[in-house]
Amino acid sequence: MMAKKMKGSSSSSSSASVEMLKKEGSSRASMIKNKILRQAMYRREKLIKLKEKREKRKKLAKEREQLGENAPPKPIPKTLESTREPEETTVLADDPEILQDEKTDEFSGYFDRKTSPKILITSFTRAHLRSNLLMRELADCIPNSDMKWRRGSEIKSIIPEAIERDYTDIIIIEENRKIPSGLWLIHLPEGPTAYFKLTNYKRGREIKGHGTPTSHYPEVILNRFSTKLGHTIGRMFASLFPQDPNFKGRRAVTFHNQRDFIFFRHHRYIFRDSLRVGLQELGPRFTLKLRTLQKGTFDTKFGQYMWMHNRKKMDTSRRRFHL
Amino acid sequence: MQSDSVIWDAINNGFCSFKTKITSNTFCRHTYNLTGLCNRTVCPLANSRYATIREFYGKVYLCMKTIERAHQPSKMWEKILLSNNFETALKQIDTNLIYWPKHMIHKCKQRFAKITQYLVRKRKLKLKTQRKIIPLNRKVEKREKRREDKALVAARIENSIEKELLERLKKGTYGDIYNIDHKEFEKALNEEESEDEQTKGKEGEDEDEDEFVPDDEDIEESDISDIEDIGYTSSEEEEEEEVVKGKGSSRTKRKRQLIEIEYETEQEPPAKNKATTF
Repeated sequence: MMAKKMKGSSSSSSSASVEMLKKEGSSRASMIKNKILRQAMYRREKLIKLKEKREKRKKLAKEREQLGENAPPKPIPKTLESTREPEETTVLADDPEILQDEKTDEFSGYFDRKTSPKILITSFTRAHLRSNLLMRELADCIPNSDMKWRRGSEIKSIIPEAIERDYTDIIIIEENRKIPSGLWLIHLPEGPTAYFKLTNYKRGREIKGHGTPTSHYPEVILNRFSTKLGHTIGRMFASLFPQDPNFKGRRAVTFHNQRDFIFFRHHRYIFRDSLRVGLQELGPRFTLKLRTLQKGTFDTKFGQYMWMHNRKKMDTSRRRFHL
Repeated sequence: MQSDSVIWDAINNGFCSFKTKITSNTFCRHTYNLTGLCNRTVCPLANSRYATIREFYGKVYLCMKTIERAHQPSKMWEKILLSNNFETALKQIDTNLIYWPKHMIHKCKQRFAKITQYLVRKRKLKLKTQRKIIPLNRKVEKREKRREDKALVAARIENSIEKELLERLKKGTYGDIYNIDHKEFEKALNEEESEDEQTKGKEGEDEDEDEFVPDDEDIEESDISDIEDIGYTSSEEEEEEEVVKGKGSSRTKRKRQLIEIEYETEQEPPAKNKATTF
């Protein structure tokens, strides 16, 4: 009963306030001391504003329609992407310098089809459930990969053994408070070594409508790696997967870089027709953020860093991105 | 003058600042104590002839009390550096403590063994890789999490994946696997586009369709994934969707109207948020 009364009273008073709103352009709702009435008023005002906006938009659209071809171009909204600070090292297509670099870097062997990827997946000592699950899922996702228990062995001693056994990469999952929190990606035999912060890990099972991955070789989609550093990282990811995907498996692994966050996704796709694609996520999904890129293999003490995230120096602008 | 029995009487029955009594035992906190117990035999104060082993910065010394220098406490203890070799060190203890009581020599050797063992352990631990614990700035972590969420919305990952896959299909990456004739489709597409331009002259609305149309169809897989997307679909996504330049599409008019309605109802509220978040 009470509520109904309130509602009634608020609606009667609101029409007056709406008038006021239109006149003065500001709200008087804050003057109302009754909380329920005040909130009702706010809600009402919000609706009115939205309605006005909608009308305005419609009006503009109509005008555009009338003007036809003479209509002014639509304004581009300001997003972090469109207002991004220009990066010096942005890679342009067919830059001879970059091409030369790519011919001689550590991944050239893979791209020249001289080596085929073989991945070792392990964790930090005493990994807990979530890390183990992630390891397993990564092993399912990446072809030619072996998951090994760490058993307290040191990374520096693992590396030469892995090289001996023809592994091309080592993935190490780090964890904090029993939750995977970091990922080391060590390219063998000569590096480089990248360390990423890992967040938002979600198992395949936890994803609604997930599927089960098959053992077909997946396609790799690398999105928006634009700078030189981004290219290196992209090449690093690409070299985890075999060169010739089985297109019949319709699996796609995506590394999508957006504002320096690298989103890992794993899908099965289907072409409905030449314009539509259906996607089913297989999992896992997680987000990576580059922290360091080291020359050579894992060496935290004497390693030479090609790039290291320094928040105080680098994160001075929101519009600066490094990948 | 030095009188052991007098000192011990005072310590035993009276007060000693090194003495620590607990229910089971009495301990001694004196740094030169050989065993750590409060006894007549191992009291460093009440024994004129006393010797002990001590470790300074990884080096082990045999410390012998010289009672003649009792008036100069800083010079009272004669320190002899023991060899790194365990056996020679034991010999050193033997030779230096000829005139000391047997039990004291024995206890010194025991203490020496204990110290060498812990030094070895210490060195081993140092050589092992050690974990370095790095503090995480809670504020920064929170900020990054927020930015990640926003980046995820802005990324519209599924759309970009679909786009990329279609591009590959157009390029002919998949060869003969698919029975889709691209050329015909493109032809039809171009024709429709030109018609559209003639009839309406606006492109913006066409673009939106690209994103939304799959929702209308009854596709199982895609539907599921799209439902998920809605979870993320908050302010920015919708807002930006409006702008993204897609290629024109071959939708019919009927479909377009349907989509427009959906687009408006969903579009409006987030538009407000955007101003606040960015």
